[in-house]
Amino acid sequence: MSVDAATVRRIAHLARIAVVEAEIPHLQGELNAMLAFVEQLSEVNIEGVEPMTSVTPMEMKKRPDAVNDGEIADDIVRNAPATDDHFFLVPKVVE
Amino acid sequence: MTDLTSLTLAEDRDGLAKKSFTSLELTNAHLDAIQAARALNAFVMETPDQARAMAREADASITKGQGGPLAGIPLGIKDLFATRDVRTTACSKILANFVPTYESTITSQLWRDGAVMLGKLNNDEFAMGSSNETSCFGPVVNPWRRDGANTTLVPGGSSGGSASAVAALLCMGATATDTGGSIRQPAAFTATVGLKPTYGRCSRWGIAAFASSLDQAGPIARTVRDAAILMRSMAGHDPKDTTSADRDVPDYEAAIGKSVKGMRIGIPREYRLDGMPAEIEKLWSEGGAWLKSAGAELVEVSLPHTKYALPAYYIVAPAEASSNLARYDGVRYGLRVPGRSIGEMYENTRAEGFGDEVRRRVMIGTYVLSAGYYDAYYLRAQKVRTLIKRDFEDCFAKGVNALLTPATPSAAFGIGEKGGDPVEMYLNDIFTVTVNMAGLPGIAVPAGKDAQGLPLGLQLIGRPFDEETLFSLAEVLEQAAGRFTPTRWW
Repeated sequence: MSVDAATVRRIAHLARIAVVEAEIPHLQGELNAMLAFVEQLSEVNIEGVEPMTSVTPMEMKKRPDAVNDGEIADDIVRNAPATDDHFFLVPKVVE
Repeated sequence: MTDLTSLTLAEDRDGLAKKSFTSLELTNAHLDAIQAARALNAFVMETPDQARAMAREADASITKGQGGPLAGIPLGIKDLFATRDVRTTACSKILANFVPTYESTITSQLWRDGAVMLGKLNNDEFAMGSSNETSCFGPVVNPWRRDGANTTLVPGGSSGGSASAVAALLCMGATATDTGGSIRQPAAFTATVGLKPTYGRCSRWGIAAFASSLDQAGPIARTVRDAAILMRSMAGHDPKDTTSADRDVPDYEAAIGKSVKGMRIGIPREYRLDGMPAEIEKLWSEGGAWLKSAGAELVEVSLPHTKYALPAYYIVAPAEASSNLARYDGVRYGLRVPGRSIGEMYENTRAEGFGDEVRRRVMIGTYVLSAGYYDAYYLRAQKVRTLIKRDFEDCFAKGVNALLTPATPSAAFGIGEKGGDPVEMYLNDIFTVTVNMAGLPGIAVPAGKDAQGLPLGLQLIGRPFDEETLFSLAEVLEQAAGRFTPTRWW
């Protein structure tokens, strides 16, 4: 399988990465090189094979459903590019 | 007095305990070495004040007889590990000004045991790379050079800063991470020892996530014993990482010097590649002979799905990366580039903040997870991953204790030499990536040099949670091969 220019634009948008038109042919070439490389997987017989979901067999540990952290709003917003009080500021979302 | 930077971690630990020197002296010696080695670009942040304060504290606890297992030992920390109040960037522009308000579990365990932080080490951006050339701070230089040449070589990646700093004697040891070979390949390129532990052996909490089902932290050290000492402090269960294993941490150092008599060592025939340099072929059989003369038995084994590990990895790892890196949106932390709408702000931020390799992997990961392609790519790759793991399980079921392979298909290459084709760069991880796909432990040990005088390493792959056997076997190789240190030119 290979991707065309329109697909590259669509992937970039899905990944939320702005790309300028001049970069598209180059990106398309790189993505297609990677897709060509992984193409060899289609020759593997995967009939009846379960997909891996956990590399080591282990049961997920559970903890009591109790608050064990919090009251650190200052820490949470410390690295934010724009805040007001303890809120993150973003460009207007709803008109 | 001997140069304090030239000792091993084990020797330094003993010297500190006997009060032959202080941690402050040891720390200052390393800080001086770091300052003199800026040409290597191994450190992206030096923390000398903090280092001296930690050293004084360690000296005080040693005096009181209360020093921990790493009391006073100066270490370097890969910049992927969050360090409280010390800038942590993952070597990405998108985190250029990020100062964590928390400490990663692994580093907090190192400080608990008395270690001293010298600074933060360079790596490939978000650990995506095999040469440390994708870092936003620029490439790291390998302290090794080809005989009679002054071409600058890569130290490997992504833990290139860690490997370069340990090889150049700038720190006693370093933390590193390995998603497809990022500890073992740079260790092999710099004649250092690098262990990727079993998945779940070390907590991932507080380490910038790349591909969560493959990422595992481990040490890069000067000797096998040093790696074992560091591992004891780094390993352990962490309630903050649900994938961390709730198992006791053994005294790894006790495995050093244990007999390997009667152990069955698998030699996987699929690792014999067409066109593999004769030197690597020779080193591999030499390594086998060393283990044999220590009493181990060599058996040829087959791992039939080996050739599919790298292509499956380049679906699974980018898929997980695209999901993990979705958090960098310019809202809660990191870089923000304004836009007319929130969507445009996200897109501008991520375009500006991510380098080429990260962008490429996030895009391919987005594609293989997108509607209509998930089954063809991602699901198929996860099924192939099951088969790769089964290959190893079949070997271990036949009584094989560990496998011996080359660590890399070549020695270190020049900076800028492999710029064009991403797939060519990916082939560096051909011998290491299977281990991540199967969640197994693997160790790279320096074993010899190529004709141009560059170090080459061998890899041992173990059963899950049997790092001890790897340490025992690795030390046999180390004893036979000797230690290799670069000639100082920087």
